[in-house]
Amino acid sequence: MSEHDVLNPKQMPLNPEKATLEGKNKFIGFWFFLGGETVLFASLFGTYLALNNSTNGGKSSEELFTLELVFIMTMLLLTSSLTSVYAMYHMKNNAFKKMQLWLGITVALGLGFLGLEIYEFYHYIHHYEFTLRSSAFGSAFYTLVGFHGGHVVFGLSWIVALMIRNSKRGLNLYNAPKFYIASLYWHFIDVVWVFIFTVVYLMGVL
Amino acid sequence: MSTMVATNKRSFGSTLWDYLTTVDHKKIAIMYLIAGGFFFIVGGLEALAIRWQLVKPMNDFVSAGLYNELITMHGTTMIFLAAMPLIFAFMNAVVPLQIGARDVAFPFLNSLGFWLFLFGGILLNVGWITGGAADAGWTAYAPLSIISPGEGVDYYVLGLQISGAGTLIGGINFLVTIVNMRAPGMTYMRMPLFTWTAFVASALILFAFPALTVGLFLMMFDRLFGSGFFDPNMGGNAVIWQHLFWIFGHPEVYILALPAFGIFSEIISTFSKKRLFGYSAMVFATVLIGFLGFMVWAHHMFTVGMGPAANSIFAVATMAIAIPTGIKIFNWLFTLWGGNITINTAMLYSLGFIPTFTMGGMTGVMVAAASADYQYHDSYFVVAHFHYVIVGGVVFALFAATHYWWPKMFGKILNETLGKITFWLFFIGFHMTFFIQHFLGLMGMPRRYWVYLEDQNLDLGNAISTVGAFLMGLGTIVLLYNVVITSVKGEKVGPDPWDARTLEWAIPSPPPFYNFKQLPLIRGLDPLWIEKTEGRSGMTPAEPIGDIHMPNNSILPFVMSLGFFIAGFGFIYQKYDAIWLSLIFIGMGIALGAMLTRSIKDDLGYHIHKEDLEKEAKE
Repeated sequence: MSEHDVLNPKQMPLNPEKATLEGKNKFIGFWFFLGGETVLFASLFGTYLALNNSTNGGKSSEELFTLELVFIMTMLLLTSSLTSVYAMYHMKNNAFKKMQLWLGITVALGLGFLGLEIYEFYHYIHHYEFTLRSSAFGSAFYTLVGFHGGHVVFGLSWIVALMIRNSKRGLNLYNAPKFYIASLYWHFIDVVWVFIFTVVYLMGVL
Repeated sequence: MSTMVATNKRSFGSTLWDYLTTVDHKKIAIMYLIAGGFFFIVGGLEALAIRWQLVKPMNDFVSAGLYNELITMHGTTMIFLAAMPLIFAFMNAVVPLQIGARDVAFPFLNSLGFWLFLFGGILLNVGWITGGAADAGWTAYAPLSIISPGEGVDYYVLGLQISGAGTLIGGINFLVTIVNMRAPGMTYMRMPLFTWTAFVASALILFAFPALTVGLFLMMFDRLFGSGFFDPNMGGNAVIWQHLFWIFGHPEVYILALPAFGIFSEIISTFSKKRLFGYSAMVFATVLIGFLGFMVWAHHMFTVGMGPAANSIFAVATMAIAIPTGIKIFNWLFTLWGGNITINTAMLYSLGFIPTFTMGGMTGVMVAAASADYQYHDSYFVVAHFHYVIVGGVVFALFAATHYWWPKMFGKILNETLGKITFWLFFIGFHMTFFIQHFLGLMGMPRRYWVYLEDQNLDLGNAISTVGAFLMGLGTIVLLYNVVITSVKGEKVGPDPWDARTLEWAIPSPPPFYNFKQLPLIRGLDPLWIEKTEGRSGMTPAEPIGDIHMPNNSILPFVMSLGFFIAGFGFIYQKYDAIWLSLIFIGMGIALGAMLTRSIKDDLGYHIHKEDLEKEAKE
């Protein structure tokens, strides 16, 4: 396949993200990467579970967490995963404008999540003086949840960069894999949050 | 050969630029070989300094603090900066050729992996000139590593973080390459054993390195940002570091050892003129070792106090690894049996490896017995054990691979006489150094001690051990001389100097930058040998001559790695003065800017046209 056909395909195939060898490589390579990311978060979860009662005389998880806020955050992030599925659905139908729209909604929801997370951290630090340095529990909490938050920031920047870069030229076989693996990354972030919601927040207050 | 003429006329500057920007797996292999070889010598000099300090009782060659830095940096350098990159050198040089691919799946990432490793390795060693390298042991156990003063351990943390990211990238790259880029007919069960071991080792890298990443982050936060993961005063737990480190650290042993097994499998098969005995069993054993390698990390922690139940489970799991390893040993012996054996340097290392590694494996089963390990733990017995495995297994394999694949990488055979001299010096020196250490350990000599007292029956053993170490150093010097003399005077050889069996020997030495003009058709295990036995000189092509797609060179991997390198200093020195935070912003800005550039700038590669390939064939 020549460069011209990759950038200006005469006809978009059913799965444009896997139509080229490069796309196939990215697809499988990114799944491998997510396997490594799983170990990364598993290690952080293990550390958190070992230290979540080591409050060093400070506030415990029961006293800190409020499920209302976390419930809203969870809903925002879960919905953003759904909207990114819609975006990929439109990518496969070669409907670029609709894909951009749903990606835009995904980003908006992600930003909402991020805003609430920043508010949550701010609240803990200023009202409870609960910081990275206050106890081993604090260190483990901010590192686990913060790593997830860092992933959200990176994922949002990635999707926005792709949307801006390709806004004028539409879909082709070169950028379709890029959109697709960015959406994979976004799903992974969502799955990790499900575990954070369960292990950190639910188990923390129950 | 228009390309050759162009190469000869090039200036130093353009050659340098070529290597800084290259994404060709063969050139990246050469860079890994040079950088890994350099760090091997650095780590070797550190080892000689350690042995010289221990040559006699109460020696004062180095201070206690410097001794701690030497043992820490020797271990760290040899594992992360010498053995792994040298393994990567041969994986890069050989694996794409063995599966009939024109390059790896992600040439850009391949280059990024190398530069991250190199800058991480340099950062690790910067401590030497800024007031002290890392001194908490290569395992950097907390709380010692947390309270260690100065910046040595900070350099360890950030250097390993950066080079570890490079290794992870390399691992993913090889996984995808082997899954997606195999030539027509190259099924999984026709892959050469070196490719199989590279595949399993890459999977181990993928699932092991993130645990180290997390461990290093926690240590970095504890040391630099005041968190309390490992600090009991804040409710932290130092044993978490040990778990994270060994969840990575034990698979790491197999990340090194499996490709070594692959190298010996290739060499023994080639020079016995026989198909590898029990190929399927070898593949099975490789995968099983890879799997079990994740189940045994806590055998490094028997004396921590995990309790008899945990100790027993990990002891039994550890002993189970002896079974697939034993399968391999017997398969090598059966491959040799009845073979038409050629004894050259590569083969000498292989023959030396079998008994040496078996001894290392046997002491491995001994230290796996949890109750007995209380006696062996932290003694020279353990030092002897893991050097038998890592030097007797991995370093022998790397030296063997150097002799075996040198003609493929550089087009010349290393001098055999000098090679054999190196082998005997190294082999005798190795056993002299480490065999006696088993007994020193059993007599009670602890690891990592700076000095020992007179009249403890330790004097003679230590003196012998030191002499052996210097013999190994001598052997390495002869090898370096061999490399130089071969490069200057060595004669060019053809594609297949060993009358070998696998695909890499079907193309010119060194291979053209596109590797295969036409992708070969693979018709079974040992594909080249099959063609030879049927009277053909080369592979049957699987496609007509057509345009070849090639990736573009790029300086971005170098720039990204440089950015992280700069940010590393910022992270370390901000603990003294917030002004250093600016370095973090500059460094991360460079790295993230390079990433963004990579993301938004199209990079579609280029094509070598069919007509040019045909013209080249005629010339």
